[in-house]
Amino acid sequence: MKLSRIVITGVGLTAPNGNSLAQFRANLLAGVAGIQRREIRYMGSQLAGVCDYDALKHQKKKEVRVGTRAGSISIYCAREALADSGLKWEAVAKDRVGIYIGCTEHGNVETENEIYNISKFNYDTKFWSHYHNPRTVANNPAGEASLNLGVTGPAYTIGAACAAGNMGLIHATQMLRLGEVDLAICGGVSESIHTFGIFAGFKSQNALATHEDPRKASRPFDKARNGIVISEGGALYTLERLEDAHARGAKIYGEIGGYHVNSDASDYVLPNPTRQAECVRAAISRAGLVARDIHIVNTHATATPLGDIQECEAIRAVFGEGCPDTFINNTKGYIGHCMGAAGALELAGNLPSFDDLVVHPTINVDDLDPLCALPGLVLNQPRAVARVDTILNNSFGMLGINSTLIVKRFVP
Amino acid sequence: MTKDECKQVVLDIIADIAPDEDLSNVKPEVRLRDQLQLDSMDFLDIVMELRKRHGIEVPEKEYQQLASLDSCAEYLTPKFDALAGKN
Repeated sequence: MKLSRIVITGVGLTAPNGNSLAQFRANLLAGVAGIQRREIRYMGSQLAGVCDYDALKHQKKKEVRVGTRAGSISIYCAREALADSGLKWEAVAKDRVGIYIGCTEHGNVETENEIYNISKFNYDTKFWSHYHNPRTVANNPAGEASLNLGVTGPAYTIGAACAAGNMGLIHATQMLRLGEVDLAICGGVSESIHTFGIFAGFKSQNALATHEDPRKASRPFDKARNGIVISEGGALYTLERLEDAHARGAKIYGEIGGYHVNSDASDYVLPNPTRQAECVRAAISRAGLVARDIHIVNTHATATPLGDIQECEAIRAVFGEGCPDTFINNTKGYIGHCMGAAGALELAGNLPSFDDLVVHPTINVDDLDPLCALPGLVLNQPRAVARVDTILNNSFGMLGINSTLIVKRFVP
Repeated sequence: MTKDECKQVVLDIIADIAPDEDLSNVKPEVRLRDQLQLDSMDFLDIVMELRKRHGIEVPEKEYQQLASLDSCAEYLTPKFDALAGKN
């Protein structure tokens, strides 16, 4: 069966260090991190990646009040992606549009808020908000986007822990190839900084980063790394079949090359380098490539002491020494861990490399952990390279879900 | 509490739950839903905020008493007065 070619035609994002792809990319090349201190309920000052996009650019005040942060981020990113795509939105058949948004979790924020709210009323549940259910249903972020955009096609979220951002794009690719939709708005979002539970959970797991300088707190591959910086954010893309994109003369960022999703089936939280390597190999194979054809590998590494080493073990197993044109980076030093948005945002940060032939570095590596040393690792300074034809993006999540997505330079 | 003060209490709540609306010319005798973008969830908000801010309960069978500012004032002013008397 010949599969349709699927291309990326628009990008909308908000990250802790940028509210557009241009701003985000400029900060990745300039080494500008976006981590700050934030008061977290019950926990006091914590490190977090906070977005400062203008919610009222695409929402009414009432939509912001009634909806969720994840819904708001989804709307912002979707609207920005559509604007970037050049699509004449008024003329698009809304029943042929799908919205597929990856989330690590959803509902924690609103549930915590309501429990806090009723704690002020002696836990009398008659003060519990009637908005609780529409705010906490798992499809909320995609549903809010469908309401805002008037999309009447399928709109739902994909729960895949921190592999979810890639999953949004992968699922969209599948739905476009099946002919279920003609346009997909897809990627991932995170509102996780608004739930103390995520912070407290990582802290109890001894996996929450601490550092006196927020900008240095997220430090994958550095010997002194001590955990995750939790962040919010989102990146949504417009994906179309190539013939549709061509027919309207769309700008094309890249083509979906290959992907794979698998499961560790080995632990609730500990990664499994064997399964990660299998996932990466399967994605490369599906793309019709071999390891040395991959020019950028964007790692998932979250700056936990063990997780980084294990992903490096998987990368080493796949790419080894025989891949002189393969360069490896990580984006979390700038933006922390954007959870369900991580894969989608980190891919976006690398897409401009097709045009500028520069690989953004992994920052905050003052003392590289020898166990994380990899050939081709780009550290602290951007690196100009001869070719960027392929970007491989890893995103892994709890309960052992692994996703790898490959985007290729578009060649007609 | 005067009826005008009662209407202002309701308007203050509406200002928070419908922040995009212009409330400078709300006609007290006209149904709120006929002049403002308010849906059934918003009316539940008005009920909730009366409960939270003022300790006033509006039973479901009496929700229609909140239809306009005038009907709100007729219905709620005695409730406010009763609460004030209690205190």
